[in-house]
Amino acid sequence: MNRPDTDPTAMWHLTYIIYRQKDGQPPRYETFQVEISPEEYVLDGVEKVWAFHDRSLTFRHACHHSTCGACGMRVNGREKLTCITQIRDVAEDGGTLTIEPLRNFPVLSDLVVDLGPLYRKMEAVQAPSVIPLSRAPLEGDDIAPPEETPRPEAGGEFIRLSDCIECGLCISACPSAAADPDYLGPAPLAAIQLQSGSLNADLLALADSREGVWRCHSAYECSAVCPASVNPGWRIMDLRRLIAKARLQAVFGGRT
Amino acid sequence: MKDKPHALIIGAGFTGVALAHDLALRGFAVSVVERGPIANGTSGRTHGLLHSGARYAVKDRESAAECIQENRILRRIVPRAIEPNGGLFIAIQESDLEYRQEFIAGCEACGIPIEELTPQQALRLEPALNPALLTAFTVPDGTFDPLRLALSFAATARRNGAQFHLYTEVTDLIVDGQGKVGGLRARNRHNGETLELRGDVVVNATGAWVGHITHMVGIDVPIKPTPGVMVAYDRRLTQRAINRLNRPADGDIALPQRRMLVVGTTSFSIENPDYIPVIPDHVALMLERGAALIPGLRQARQRGAYMATRPLIGGSGPGRSISRTFKAYDHKETDNVDGLVTITGGKATTLRLMAEKTADVVCRKLGLHRPCTTAETPLLSYRQFYA
Repeated sequence: MNRPDTDPTAMWHLTYIIYRQKDGQPPRYETFQVEISPEEYVLDGVEKVWAFHDRSLTFRHACHHSTCGACGMRVNGREKLTCITQIRDVAEDGGTLTIEPLRNFPVLSDLVVDLGPLYRKMEAVQAPSVIPLSRAPLEGDDIAPPEETPRPEAGGEFIRLSDCIECGLCISACPSAAADPDYLGPAPLAAIQLQSGSLNADLLALADSREGVWRCHSAYECSAVCPASVNPGWRIMDLRRLIAKARLQAVFGGRT
Repeated sequence: MKDKPHALIIGAGFTGVALAHDLALRGFAVSVVERGPIANGTSGRTHGLLHSGARYAVKDRESAAECIQENRILRRIVPRAIEPNGGLFIAIQESDLEYRQEFIAGCEACGIPIEELTPQQALRLEPALNPALLTAFTVPDGTFDPLRLALSFAATARRNGAQFHLYTEVTDLIVDGQGKVGGLRARNRHNGETLELRGDVVVNATGAWVGHITHMVGIDVPIKPTPGVMVAYDRRLTQRAINRLNRPADGDIALPQRRMLVVGTTSFSIENPDYIPVIPDHVALMLERGAALIPGLRQARQRGAYMATRPLIGGSGPGRSISRTFKAYDHKETDNVDGLVTITGGKATTLRLMAEKTADVVCRKLGLHRPCTTAETPLLSYRQFYA
């Protein structure tokens, strides 16, 4: 939205300092001067560097509006979905943006990480990629389903793409994932919790395993950086509660 | 005995990945060469509207009929990438009502099921609509996730043997003594190494960039890169795709996607599609037009704004008047250059059909009779691309 206090056509001059790494060479940082509107987004600046300064720069991107999860990077040290990170929110005219790849994933080159490990874990936990509208609220970060869910005229349910866009920001920000690459991590555990109405024993066992919920140190960095209102930290705590309850039920034969 | 025929596909947008899937099913060895990641150009930046075809039913019935057919197929073969919630066309002004009869006739002619609602019925279904609406029609629209749609085709192609060379930019086409295109050279952008591939056919599936490739062998293709803006807002105010009941115009579609509404689009011409700035006037126009359909948009926050460049086919008219169908050129027939096929035009909704027709052209060129089976083949999960 154009704010009335600014001329939307005025361009800012920013210094992009970009992490570069090719073919196993030691990483280095390269500096580019980028002219960009404060209304544009950090990803637009990265694309401009590629288009006008250095065609060898590699980066991930696809949808440019936070539905695909491809363009996660660290911006001034913080995980951001760069396509929805507006320049005016992270910089000022004449300022600097440091752009680095996500942590805790293998770097293929420059800003491109291999998100394969995350996708494989999401597949292993049968993360639902579409979900009935009634299973997640539409506004705010509340977890409870909405009181009244709209339904289609033919009965049944509206289906929407689930919140998690599998961008990897939560894994990059997670201190436990940094210490243990086999840790399932926030997004996959959140995906297990999302199925808590119909959890099978295998999924519950996976969540309760060595690489499951007990690895989490409750740093809540995942929830702080999540661009999609998933709130993985809350979901991991909820999953612990469900697991504890299931254990008690196993011991006391369901009399809890 | 001859090995499998080898198809080289340039571009891993919608057409490239769907073609890789189709040709792999038809028994080809397939190599896809893409300068960036999957769907980084126009395909990724699409609006995400799974068209019912109603938008084109009056002026462009060929596209409309393609859309409704493919809409039904995609719902079946790739449900994990689709919000299948339908759509509405709504009339706001008296002038919109003048379009009503043509709209009904067009949809009927194209086999698009519609139902007219009273304003009260429409507002009951979608309370956030402009309460001044005059009439509404239900249509079988939907929303798709662009990257997941592309990855689902790519994952299935890969499972069937297709090789994907991502971040690999084609530098030149290899031409033999008879002037036949027999391969390509490309540079791996991760490590700078050169890749050289030979094949029985090269398919140029680079959308708005097809001219970059055909110019390597001195051929012009009448493609008109035609960008438009899309603006995403942070509130999912409707469950169905909302369209203005009138001729296609700027900012007349508002599409729910995850927790967002995406409003599009505009239409203008450019020369180089590599970087297109978001034009502030266009962004303001989307809010204006979008709020005419759904007034609550004015209380929403802008979440993203981006440009996507349609690869429209030829002609000298303005973008909106050009047909949205697609064309596969066998350059042997059009320019007497053998070994090269270009596919362009079209729409995201028709990606599978574009691939089918292109694969037909490829098979015909190579004297092969292999039927298309993609309409009946469910796709793997998009995550399997990384398996």
